[in-house]
Amino acid sequence: MKMTGKVIKYGDNVDTDVIIPARYLNTSDHKELASHCMEDLDKTFTERVQPGDIMVAGWNFGCGSSREHAPIAIKASGISLVIAKSFARIFYRNSINIGLAIVESEQAADAIQEGNKITADLDHGVLHNETTGEDYQIEPFPAFIQTIIENGGLVASIKNGSIK
Amino acid sequence: MGMTMTQKILAAHAGLDQVEAGQLILVNLDLVLGNDITSPVAIKAFKNMGKEQVFDKEKVTMVMDHFAPNKDIKAAQQCMMCRDFCGDQEITNFYDVGQMGIEHALLPEKGLVVSGDAVIGADSHTCTYGALGAFSTGVGSTDMACGMAIGKAWFKVPSAIKFELKGKLNQYISGKDVILHIIGMIGVDGALYKSMEFVGEGLASLSMADRLCMANMAIEAGAKNGIFAVDDITKTYVKAHSDREPVVYEADPDAIYEKTYVIDLSEIKHTVSFPHLPENTHTVDEIDEIKIQQVVIGSCTNGRLEDLKAAAEIMQGKKVAKNVRCIVIPATQKIYLEAMEAGYLKTFIECGAVVSTPTCGPCLGGYMGILAEGERAVATTNRNFIGRMGHVDSEIYLASPEVAAASAITGKISAPEEVVNA
Repeated sequence: MKMTGKVIKYGDNVDTDVIIPARYLNTSDHKELASHCMEDLDKTFTERVQPGDIMVAGWNFGCGSSREHAPIAIKASGISLVIAKSFARIFYRNSINIGLAIVESEQAADAIQEGNKITADLDHGVLHNETTGEDYQIEPFPAFIQTIIENGGLVASIKNGSIK
Repeated sequence: MGMTMTQKILAAHAGLDQVEAGQLILVNLDLVLGNDITSPVAIKAFKNMGKEQVFDKEKVTMVMDHFAPNKDIKAAQQCMMCRDFCGDQEITNFYDVGQMGIEHALLPEKGLVVSGDAVIGADSHTCTYGALGAFSTGVGSTDMACGMAIGKAWFKVPSAIKFELKGKLNQYISGKDVILHIIGMIGVDGALYKSMEFVGEGLASLSMADRLCMANMAIEAGAKNGIFAVDDITKTYVKAHSDREPVVYEADPDAIYEKTYVIDLSEIKHTVSFPHLPENTHTVDEIDEIKIQQVVIGSCTNGRLEDLKAAAEIMQGKKVAKNVRCIVIPATQKIYLEAMEAGYLKTFIECGAVVSTPTCGPCLGGYMGILAEGERAVATTNRNFIGRMGHVDSEIYLASPEVAAASAITGKISAPEEVVNA
């Protein structure tokens, strides 16, 4: 899996209530959720995000509620990859289950700056910063999780019988 | 190698003799839960999986609690989708308005979870049932759909932190103060991906309401689950609420814990989490005057009968401060009825508080008590993130029912002693 995009960067403990406020959880429509993504933290996000952009954040990204609407809203906004120092556990598994690419890397999350252009090669475990020329190595997912990702998420994994 | 309580339950439910931290396993589930917000997404995913029937209609439960009674047309549509699905699937434990309560207060009360169970719920506070000695954790809607389809969930076996409790809580101090103190100490990611296991002689002074409240907020420290050692208090509770036999798992003497904290319950003070993270804790005796406009007493954290009793005893014969709106939300219909029969609801109403039907409502900024710009609330709920209860520039202070009740009377964040001795 390979993607290239411009970076939109946030800090630590970005919670699911700011990713998608609960007042919008009376719908599960992807486009509608995307139209309110990040609005309590960054009112400019929905205007400036471009398809393929990469979100970078600090520790404990996606903490709080179990709402899958959060990774759905991010994915539907056009974000191709989220890089964070760490992820809250429910957000982490939700992302894998719905097929939003995520990478945990303290080094990359520290070094990458707002506006940098990043090319991620997840199969080879490398993030390349086109702006600064730096490379960051990333840990591959365990085989079991890799299978879910390769299948395109948990629904497809159940459907094709690779998890039963 | 020794296993923790959590690891033993997971091993047993994965058909394995032994598991270790970091191992990825498929776990057989005793219960799969969803609510009116997360279930619609799960129902769509379930249908996409191409499954006709849920794995076991007795082991799937849906509770209409977040935006129900329906707060608007969209919420009504979501509840209708759940209602239709549960009707078609003949799901036994579907709880709609009239039978429903806040899910994590309702399920233990209905006896749907017993010690030793493995439970997932598409709600982050599903970790509540760890109070009963069950493995229980929050997941997303796709995991819920997978659980409904095949009765299984994938997990990375967690490592654990042990909390050894000793001593006894002082008067007007409750489980909420203990868990806020712990989150303040270890931080909102202090237990990330891990189990929080609560053991020790101090458990004897903690009621089931205290334990359910503490396990409920394990997620606010990032934990996968919070779990309590099973004792006579647990067994008595389970026996009173369920026909099923509890299965008791104990950690091995040589179980590996990443860290052990010893907590003397007698040293816990009234603790409040300041905006905008549960880890921003202060004890009430060290804070300056903080005026408030709203108090919420309720939620899956603190909407149980013991919580309402504690609040009513403090508010009895007094009046809610001018310019403060006090909203009391019994967590289930049974609690509502018992609080009425015990006279607590009369106390609240005579004080100038309002009493709502069970709902998550204001806790997540749904309805039934939304904050305006610049307003402050003391709430017995579990999260004080930016905009959680309303306007992005409002503030939430998390506290126990005792502190919330006292604050409603004084109009500022207060210790119960200020009101009771006044």
